[in-house]
Order: sequence, then C-alpha cells, then structure tokens
Amino acid sequence: MNVINIKNISKTYVMGTEEVHALQNVSLQIERGEYVAIMGPSGSGKSTLMNIVGCLDTPTTGLYEFNGVNVSDMNDNELAKIRNKEIGFVFQTFNLIPRSNALHNVELPLIYGGVPATERRRLAEEALQHVQLADRMHHKPNELSGGQRQRVAVARALVTKPSIILADEPTGNLDTKTGDEIMALFEELYNQGNTIILVTHEESVAEHAHRIIRIRDGAVERDEVIKKDGAVKTAASL
Amino acid sequence: MRISDFIYEIKEGMAISFQAIRANKMRSVLTTLGIVIGIVSVTLMGTAIEGLSRGFNDSISKLGADVLYVQKWPWFAGGDWWKYRNRKDIKMAEYKAIDRQAALIQAATPASGTIRTVKYQDNSSSGVFIIGSNEKYLEIGGSSMDIGRFFSQAEADGGRPVCVIGSEIATNLFPHTSPLGKNLKVGNFTFRVVGVMAKQGSFLGMFSLDNRVVIPMQAFLQRFGTRHGIEIDVKAKDIKQLDDTKEELRGILRKVRHVAPGAEDDFAINQQEMFIQTFNAIGLVVAGIGLFITALSLFVGSIGIMNIMFVSVTERTKEIGIRKAIGARRGTILLQFLIEAASLSLIGGLIGIIISYPLSLLLNQILPTSMPISVVAISIVISLIVGVISGFLPANRASKMDPVDALRYE
Ligand SMILES: Nc1ncnc2c1ncn2[C@@H]1O[C@H](COP(=O)(O)OP(=O)(O)OP(=O)(O)O)[C@@H](O)[C@H]1O
Ligand SMILES: [Mg+2]
Repeated sequence: MNVINIKNISKTYVMGTEEVHALQNVSLQIERGEYVAIMGPSGSGKSTLMNIVGCLDTPTTGLYEFNGVNVSDMNDNELAKIRNKEIGFVFQTFNLIPRSNALHNVELPLIYGGVPATERRRLAEEALQHVQLADRMHHKPNELSGGQRQRVAVARALVTKPSIILADEPTGNLDTKTGDEIMALFEELYNQGNTIILVTHEESVAEHAHRIIRIRDGAVERDEVIKKDGAVKTAASL
Repeated sequence: MRISDFIYEIKEGMAISFQAIRANKMRSVLTTLGIVIGIVSVTLMGTAIEGLSRGFNDSISKLGADVLYVQKWPWFAGGDWWKYRNRKDIKMAEYKAIDRQAALIQAATPASGTIRTVKYQDNSSSGVFIIGSNEKYLEIGGSSMDIGRFFSQAEADGGRPVCVIGSEIATNLFPHTSPLGKNLKVGNFTFRVVGVMAKQGSFLGMFSLDNRVVIPMQAFLQRFGTRHGIEIDVKAKDIKQLDDTKEELRGILRKVRHVAPGAEDDFAINQQEMFIQTFNAIGLVVAGIGLFITALSLFVGSIGIMNIMFVSVTERTKEIGIRKAIGARRGTILLQFLIEAASLSLIGGLIGIIISYPLSLLLNQILPTSMPISVVAISIVISLIVGVISGFLPANRASKMDPVDALRYE
C-alpha cells in the first residue's frame, strides 16, 4: 500500500498582488519501504513539497492521502498527532532544542505522544545507541559536533518508529565526511525497512536512494527508479 | 482529553518552563518585580488589617459597650483644638451631681490619672499610670481581682492611703513576696497594697493596662492634685437605653456647668461606639490604600510578565516550530507558555511572601499580629491568576503559530 498518495497538488503563495506557484499539479505515490531522493534547483519547491508531505503545511489545492487517510480533512490536533506518530523529520539545520540535552531532545516526541517516563527514557536511549551516541546523551546541542547533532536529530526522528522519515537536505550543513556518515546511517535505516524521503542538491547524496524525483519550477520533471544493480528506469515504465 | 493526560502535560510543561526560566534568571526575577511589590503590599495589608482588628477587638471590649466617658475632649475630635482646650475642666462637682441625680446609671466613678515612679524596697518601676477612682472602678471597668480585694467605699470616701496594683507592677516590684499589705512608694507618698488586679493585656498594643496603680480619688486629689480636671466614667443600667442615659447625663451636666440653652455642650460624652466607627474608617483607609497599591503593582507586574512572555515567545519561535514539527499540539504549546507565565508570577509571589514575612514581624512591634496563613494562600492564588491572565495573549500567539513559518524564523 502507498504510504503517500499525492494527486494534483498545488501550493500558491500570495505576496501582495503577485502569486508564487511553489508547486503546480504535483502527483506522486510513495510505497512503504522506499528510499526516495527529491532533487531540483534552489527555489524549485522541494521544501514546500516536504512540508506538505510532513503535514506541516497544507496544499492550496489537490488531494493528499497519508496511509489512506485524507489529510486535507484533518484538524490541527489530528495533524499534530500524525506528525508525532507517523513522521520523523530531519532538518538541514538540525533543529534541536538548544537548552535540552541529547536525551531530552530525543525524548520530546515521546513526551508529546504521552509515553510514560521510564518507557520513553528506554526508547530514547535505544535510539541514541542506534546512532552511536550512547556516550553523548547528556550533552547539550552546543556541546556536540555538527555530525553528532544531526545524529541526535535522526535519533529523534526514528524514536517514535514513524511510517516515514523525511530529511530536508540533512547533509547540507555538514562536511563531506560527516555527510557520508549520516548517509550511511540512512542507508542502514532503509535496510532495516524504514521509508525515507530525502531532499538534496548533490547527485552523490541522491545516489544512495533507490528512486530520484526531480523537481523544476514546482512540477515533477522526472521520476526514476535506480535498481540495486545501478540500472535506471523511469517510474512510468515500472 | 483525559485528566491523566492533562496532569502529564502540566508536569512536562513545568519542566520546560523551569528550564526556560532558569536560562534567563536575571530577566525573570526583574520581570516579577511588580508582582513582588503587589504581593508584599497585599500581604502587609492583610497582616495590618488582621492586626488592627485583632488588637481592636481585644482592646475595645475593655472600654465596655455600656460605659460612657464624660470628658473635656471628644475622642477623635480632630480640628478645633483651641475650642476644646478652652473648655472648663470637669470637676468633682459634676461627678457628685451625676451620682446623685442620674436615674438610668448603674454606677459612676470619677477618674484621673498621672504618671509616677513606683518603688518597693530596691525595686522600682517608672512611667506607671497612677489612677484615682472610687470603689466602682472594677464594676465599671469590667476588670477583676487576682488576689486581695479592691478598696472599699469607706476607704474611697476617706481618701485612705491604700492602693490596688496591676499584675505587671506585682511581678516587677514583688518578684519574690506577696504584695498584699506591703507599703508601696508612689512618687513621694506611701500606699498600702490591698489587692492585685487580674492581667488585662494592652490597649490597642499601645500601652499596658497592667502597669497601673489605682488609689482612692480623694487621696489622688490630695497627693497629686490635678490641673487638668477629671473624667467621669459611667456605666449604664441598660445598654438598650444607652442613648437615653447619655441624654440624662447631658441634661445634668449642662445644668451643673451652666450651659446656656441653645449653646453647644462644653463637654464630651465618649463611648466605645466612637472607637468602632473610627476603627472601621481606619480599616477602610488601610484597605483602600493597600488595594490601590496592590492593584497598581499587580497591573504593572502583569504588563511586565506579558511583555517578557511576548519576548520569550518571539525568541523561541523556532523552538515552537520544532515542537510543532515533532507533534506538539496547540493546547500543549498554550499550556507550556501559560505555565511559564504562571511560574514567573508565582516566583514573584513567593519572593513577595519571603520579603513580607520579616516586615510582618516588624509590624508585630506596633500591632498584635502575625501574617495570617490565609493571606499567604491568597497571595499564591493571586500570583497564579495574574500569571495565567498575563500569559494568555503571548501563549495564544505561540500556540497559533504556523509550524512552517515558525521553523523558517531566524
Ligand atoms: N512562505 C512563503 N511565502 C512566499 N513564498 C514562498 C514561501 N515559502 C516558499 N516560497 C516560495 O516558494 C518557492 C519554493 O520554495 P522552497 O523553499 O520549496 O524551495 P526549495 O526547492 O526548497 O529551495 P532550496 O533548495 O533553496 O531550499 C520559492 O520560490 C519560494 O520563494
Ligand atoms: Mg529547501
């Protein structure tokens, strides 16, 4: 079944008299267990699409079904619940709570999900172990390197065992080596069966994915599946 | 939402807000200044009123609701000082007239007072009230004897050198012996102690009622004289006829003092009622001033908290975006900031209480009072309410933020 089913979605920003069409008639389906990279030039609408997929934003027109449920019909609290339970976000700028240590940052989604204290501590510790940060649990974000911060963010994204992990340029603020480490982490998560959607500028990063969706001027330009053996097929020919 | 979820959110909200407040200690404490002042003023006002009414109720009962005090000066006269000053003094003649003619009275006594040093052997006590009165003193004053007896009518009429002493004099001058039958030096004169009165405490916390020596009026006039005339204390037969009694006294006094018909009384008949009125007026003034200062400083404090909460919300826009992105609901964010505002205000309130406590001890030097626990409770509730009210607008703004916009905020 499709985790994500998007049909003819548009997003228009009105700036005074001018209209910005950030997305125009975008349709796409993403299945459970896929590893998708979204590529495109700056300003092409990648983040806009990610925000809609992540239920942070709503499309101006079009249909968006998440796990078969129409998101457009949901109220604020239902959207918050989906974001909490079904979606794990990883941002370019890490977006950790600065005053809280790594453990508490990872616990936060569980707090909002109402998980009891002992249970959520166990889960958060597990997630941090998963990203090799067991020894940095009580460090605050400013006591961690960029790569470590992003790993905390990844731990926070996967601690709730979400349906999909969304990453908007997760390596954008990291050097190549640390970026590669993060990509290796995503690879591992994918191999464990997680669904991942990742926005990136870099072909080398996108190559980790198994499907690349290219966006230009708010529309899908190309949607191709890269087979494990390296062969490339368009989604249409599948 | 279930209750347990709500409690859970409150708990988490508290953890978050304490963290936020700790991160900005100085700013937080300064912000609460208005609340601090408001709570100090409300607690002190409460303490003062408590003290006033406690001291008042104790003291006022000692005046006796059914006793009329014939004096040259009205209590709480204010203003016309010279008018009262120039009045004729009240003399024994008036007392005798009242004692003889008044039908509605149960008892009357002349009374006059002075201050002297009192000695017994090596012990002495200065600043003691020496009161001249007659054998009705106890009955009118509502006091009673501890040991011995009061002086008799014969002793009073004869101006015998006997005295009855207050409990404080007894303990100060006779620490090891019974005062009964001992010769007390009052100024330069000797009086034999015939009795000790029961402890009465202080009057409005101002002076002790036990630091006194009562002697027969005749003896008082002979030994200490009086340049200021006397007062006459009268106990009415029936408290329901107090006004009639007062009228009867007026008639007698006007006649004896030759007040022309139509002219104003040249004496005053004072009664407990006047104290009650004055007290209520003082209470109102204290409460009024206190409430005004309280309201003003709480208002200022509230604006301060609202302002700092707006700053806090704006500063943490990104954080709000993050929290929303990972699943915080509107209500959760609202609650978080409300708790933060309430905590700020509560901190102010607690600081206020901590400051007020020593001040209330100081106040206790003037008024018999202590900070009532109810005032503490009220202060805590007030600061919580002020916090919630002033936090509402900022918290509401935070909760309604669009997550995408908030995340983009730099
Ligand atoms: N809140 C907004 N108001 C107005 N226009 C917006 C808003 N958000 C995005 N846009 C516009 O929508 C278009 C797509 O923006 P988006 O952030 O999705 O681009 P992007 O592909 O993520 O770019 P980048 O690679 O630089 O992150 C841009 O032209 C941008 O100016
Ligand atoms: Mg972007």
